[in-house]
Amino acid sequence: MDFGTIIDAAFSAAFGPQAIVFALAAIGLNVHFGYTGLLNFGQAGFMSIAAFGLAVTVVTWDLPFWLGIIVGMIAAVILALILGVPTLRLRADYLAIVTIATSEILRLVFGAVEFKDTFGGSNGLTGFVRPYQNLNPYGGGIDLGIVSFSRNDLWSITVGWSLVALCCLLVWAVMRSPWGRVLKSIREDEDAVRSLGKNVFAYKMQALVLGGLFGGLAGIFHILKQGSAVPTDFNTTFTFYAYAALLIGGAARVLGPVVGSMIFWFLIAGIGSFFSEATKGSSPVIPDWIMTSDQSSLIRLILLGLGLMLLMIFRPQGIFGDRREIAIDGR
Amino acid sequence: MRLRLAALLAAALGTSLLLMPATAMAETTPTPTPTTGGAAPDKNPIVEGANITVTLKDLNAGKGEPKPVPGVSLTVFKDSATGEEQGTQVTDQTGRVSIGIPGNGKYVVVLDPKTLPDGVKLSGKGETTKTVQVKLASSNFVQFQIGAVVVEKASLGSKIIDGTRSGVISGLLIALAALGLSLIFGTTGLTNFAHGELITFGAIATYVFNRGFGLPVIAAGVLAVVASAAFGFLQDRGLWRPLRNRGTGLIAMMIVSIGLALFMRSIFQYGFGGSTKTLSEYVVQGRDSYGPIDLSHKEIAIVLVSVLTIAITCIAMMRTRLGKAMRAVSDNPALSASSGLRVDGVISAVWVLGTALTGLAGVLLAVQQQVNFQMGFNLLLLVFAGVTLGGLGTIWGALIGSLIIGLMVELGPVFGVPASIKEVGALAVLILILLVRPQGILGKAQRIG
Repeated sequence: MDFGTIIDAAFSAAFGPQAIVFALAAIGLNVHFGYTGLLNFGQAGFMSIAAFGLAVTVVTWDLPFWLGIIVGMIAAVILALILGVPTLRLRADYLAIVTIATSEILRLVFGAVEFKDTFGGSNGLTGFVRPYQNLNPYGGGIDLGIVSFSRNDLWSITVGWSLVALCCLLVWAVMRSPWGRVLKSIREDEDAVRSLGKNVFAYKMQALVLGGLFGGLAGIFHILKQGSAVPTDFNTTFTFYAYAALLIGGAARVLGPVVGSMIFWFLIAGIGSFFSEATKGSSPVIPDWIMTSDQSSLIRLILLGLGLMLLMIFRPQGIFGDRREIAIDGR
Repeated sequence: MRLRLAALLAAALGTSLLLMPATAMAETTPTPTPTTGGAAPDKNPIVEGANITVTLKDLNAGKGEPKPVPGVSLTVFKDSATGEEQGTQVTDQTGRVSIGIPGNGKYVVVLDPKTLPDGVKLSGKGETTKTVQVKLASSNFVQFQIGAVVVEKASLGSKIIDGTRSGVISGLLIALAALGLSLIFGTTGLTNFAHGELITFGAIATYVFNRGFGLPVIAAGVLAVVASAAFGFLQDRGLWRPLRNRGTGLIAMMIVSIGLALFMRSIFQYGFGGSTKTLSEYVVQGRDSYGPIDLSHKEIAIVLVSVLTIAITCIAMMRTRLGKAMRAVSDNPALSASSGLRVDGVISAVWVLGTALTGLAGVLLAVQQQVNFQMGFNLLLLVFAGVTLGGLGTIWGALIGSLIIGLMVELGPVFGVPASIKEVGALAVLILILLVRPQGILGKAQRIG
């Protein structure tokens, strides 16, 4: 068993592009769930619509890259508006079911063989990433002993963490403004806010759009860092992982989702690598009849499910959060 | 050491195949080349020693006896489809090839779709490769999905009849699970995202009792329902009741259920494996004609069992003491507690009943289709859609909503919904109904908050 590989995998994942994607998605969820109390279970939908907005604009319609980014973000805003109108007046679990259904609709449509000419079918779209990679100023990869990144990853990390920092700054600024205080009071008591003459529906809608924009950014970054837009990437598990990341760090805290996503990927990659090392080779540490190498990749998911349950039961505020600030009581 | 691997290339039927639009068909229909078409050997002997033996059969969309498919070229590779070639053979008159392999390991069987005879194509996702894990002294079954292409368009009437049949069957299965979900939601307020895993539990329990203990499918199904009920009881006692007593909020419980769903699904995959497996009986049945409708025996049985179960459940909810107690708790837990009802006991009973119904849905689904670790998860959204459409927390609503969802899914392709994404129509209806009538068809307005 090679502990160097395990540590490398864990740290590379914690600082690598995958953690950035989840940090951005979880920042969006933090605006929805953490600050406003909206239970959006369709963050993957916001990600996929923005990602395919970019990919379709560049690959299918042959338009410039920057226009693609704008199209992607506008698509995320429109999705938020469409989702918000029927559900924001209803109870929290309706929003949950509708958003999860919408994200599945989008994933199925993007992957459908009937729309292969537009969305590329189940293989998705590639060939839109050139302008992004051309901006890469780095000459080669980096290996710092415990972490190593390729040239492309190094560029993605630079762009990604800068984006995360900007988003955190924005969330911090917005949430200490009067607007942010209204959001938080909607989370605490919607009726009280309404009685003060605020248009709760409009505020919720604005929060849904803002969080959806962060989700869209996560989707665009996701396809840029891997160079292809594949529909199956955006399944509901993606949203649930982002929730896990948010809840680990602590909802309703600016840095909660970021730290949570790093810890999430550190654990996921570390545990995954540990068990894959432990079952590798002809005489593995864990014998074959207990766990085969195929099964070893599932241990982290089993632990993730268990961890999410225990976290929600015993410490719903996560690492940094404040228990009084979490919208978990429902109405 | 004699290592024998029997791989069955069976054909799965699919009404969805009949309904595929012509464009998709033109893309996937193989064009037979004269050089490879006719030259089928009379007999391929089974190779001595370790071998992979494949039998290719065409189920002809479930009508009549399966027919062997001769003259199709199959190649076995080591490790991956780009790995070392182990041999190529053309299926004989019994549809069989037998290719020798050096020993244990992973092999990939690749079917050349160009050599398929005219009018036959792979159904399902049209996969032409299958991976086989060869272990010592084990036999493995591999399925390719093959169905007959119906090139001439089926008439609109028969499409509607076929769609209605599959729609009613899947609607009833969804209704069983939706009834369970609705009961549990009604009494505890829990939006249970782990409900799909309860369906899978029923299916996998059937598989274990059937293949593991060698029981006939019917006995295995009955035991699986009992096991599901016991599992529900334990789940409520071990997890949900302590959480209710702690005063955990509903949204927190919803997220706990997501964690539980991930946990259980991964456990299922760990123990059961990622592949799709079949029960030992009733896997493939031809359909008999009853007037305009073609039904197989198992489909009749599934319809009867689910209709009876739903009817008995609904009558029990209306008439019996326990049913009344359940409805009382669902209406107002505090008030029913103060009028002397044992609320915790009623909730336990609801969990037992709800999981038994859901487990039954899993059992019937395992008989109707095959067993897979994520079959319940794939159905979960449709169950949610059915419950929401009918009205959260109402029993008749769940029933009607599920039937509508089942019919929407299966009839959608007849009216222009692309067949590969036929669920989309049902989910879109869910969103639209919330716009117009948020409480659902039979729901009460005060429930929606």
